[in-house]
Amino acid sequence: MPIVPLSTIANARSGDKGEGSNVGIIGRSRPAYEFLKGALTPDAVRVHMKQINFGKVRRYDADNMMVLNFLLEDSLGGGGSASLKTDAQGKTHGLALLRMSMEVPQNVLDSVSK
Amino acid sequence: MSDSKKVLIANGQGFWGDSILGPVRLVNEGPLDYLTLDYLAEVTMSIMQKLKSRRPEMGYATDFVKLIDRVLPQLVEKNIKVVANAGGVNPHACKDAVMAVIEKHGFKGIKVAVVEGDDILDQLDDLMAKGEDMKNMDTGEPLSTVRDTVTSANVYLGAFPIAEALDQGAQIVITGRGTDPGLVIGPMIHEFGWKADEYDKIAAGTVAGHIVECGAQCTGGNYTDWRNVPDMARIGYPIIEASADGSFVVTKHEGTGGMVTVSSVTHQLAYEMGDPANYITPDGIADFTSFNMEQEGPNRVRVSGVKGAPPTPTYKVSMSYHDGWKSVGQLTVSGPDALEKAELCAQIVWQRLAFDGFDYDASERMVEFVGANVCHEGIELEGAGEPAEIVLRMGVKGSDQEKIERFGPELVPLVTSGPPGVTGFAGGRPKATEIIGYWPALLRKELIKTSVSVFCS
Repeated sequence: MPIVPLSTIANARSGDKGEGSNVGIIGRSRPAYEFLKGALTPDAVRVHMKQINFGKVRRYDADNMMVLNFLLEDSLGGGGSASLKTDAQGKTHGLALLRMSMEVPQNVLDSVSK
Repeated sequence: MSDSKKVLIANGQGFWGDSILGPVRLVNEGPLDYLTLDYLAEVTMSIMQKLKSRRPEMGYATDFVKLIDRVLPQLVEKNIKVVANAGGVNPHACKDAVMAVIEKHGFKGIKVAVVEGDDILDQLDDLMAKGEDMKNMDTGEPLSTVRDTVTSANVYLGAFPIAEALDQGAQIVITGRGTDPGLVIGPMIHEFGWKADEYDKIAAGTVAGHIVECGAQCTGGNYTDWRNVPDMARIGYPIIEASADGSFVVTKHEGTGGMVTVSSVTHQLAYEMGDPANYITPDGIADFTSFNMEQEGPNRVRVSGVKGAPPTPTYKVSMSYHDGWKSVGQLTVSGPDALEKAELCAQIVWQRLAFDGFDYDASERMVEFVGANVCHEGIELEGAGEPAEIVLRMGVKGSDQEKIERFGPELVPLVTSGPPGVTGFAGGRPKATEIIGYWPALLRKELIKTSVSVFCS
């Protein structure tokens, strides 16, 4: 199977949520979303972002929007006004996750090509 | 009321600091019934309480008054109503300033309403005496652990007081803390006569409010495929075309930049989302997994079928408290060997502070080499080579103000007593600033009294 960055088959939006951040991964097509529901596990996200997030990762699915919503528990260096980090609000965490390399079936890739 | 009635509700301000061009263009570039404006973040309330304690006529979003001064003639001419949480912790002072602007322009008979009841800072001890422990929703600790350092306490009010103000004929509604979507739901309740138990409709308003609450973030701002976004400089701010049955269309004025697509709207729906099936507001619970979206035309996304559920018996309270001090500064280090020299600079700063008796442990200090993958730390980048320059960003935090203050003066001397090529110190010495802690809690609704008062020019 071809290896591509997650950005090939998904978009993302992220922001702060208390001392953590949320990353919404949006499938670029229905087949891409269905594939990601199986492949993009909370543990895969936790490992990919292990130097950004130091807490648990939870996932909520919204099939109607083709969104997998990941909550990163401890990813903002304390969060809010207590954080000293440049990205104290997790604005860039979506793009960080989209850099993940994945093995993606050809039919899924075909479903997102224009 | 006919079923085909459409009401146009825009949001022109996603946060305090958003461009004034958003609302100015919304009132000028196309049809509009309501302009909503969101000025408040958690930290804002604490800053406003501090301003008010120094000067009793301050403590609200002064940007709002400047905006009204700029667009009032168009608001009056087109009969556009404004709903803004610009009141902060001093909504009557905000109202007085707005009234003064209206007088200056010479308009008579304009009604301005104030919604209040959200500010409970003066009632905290009473509430605690009544047995409300206002436990931190994240940690479970009782409020008593930080009570002495609390600097602001506000309830997130719902949309019904806003609707009541509009029912009384207000053209401008000024609130303190409320939910962000409430600014949009209030006009819908007023226009369509929705009842408190019409949970699906309230939930639909909540979804609409969430889509527009960050301004241009649903019209192509902060969008993954940024190359596909046309004319970002003149990006259009979002407008909800609302219907009585709760269905709505997300759109923007014709001729503006940006785009409204299912994808751009979905991006914003995913923003700051928790459990999408349980989006809780004081007016009801919205299920963000329930609805359908469809592109019904260029820059028009229809949302329908939103499901809701009854509200919880509690309000969310947002409190802030003093949580220590911090100081952050930065210098630029040019190449050759930018990263290696920046690393040396950081070591020098910590060592010099230690010579002087100030040691900061790992939890108290921070170093970033901006330009060498700070944002995506630990994630391998393709084609990343030696950076031509690095922004060295360092900071400290802790409870001892003197120790935090001591850090700043050791950063700038690197320019003359460190490796070569260190520059960019125009900002001067970093100073210690207060860390404002955030304390979310729940409070039974029957303990809170809201009120609406209307004033006429």
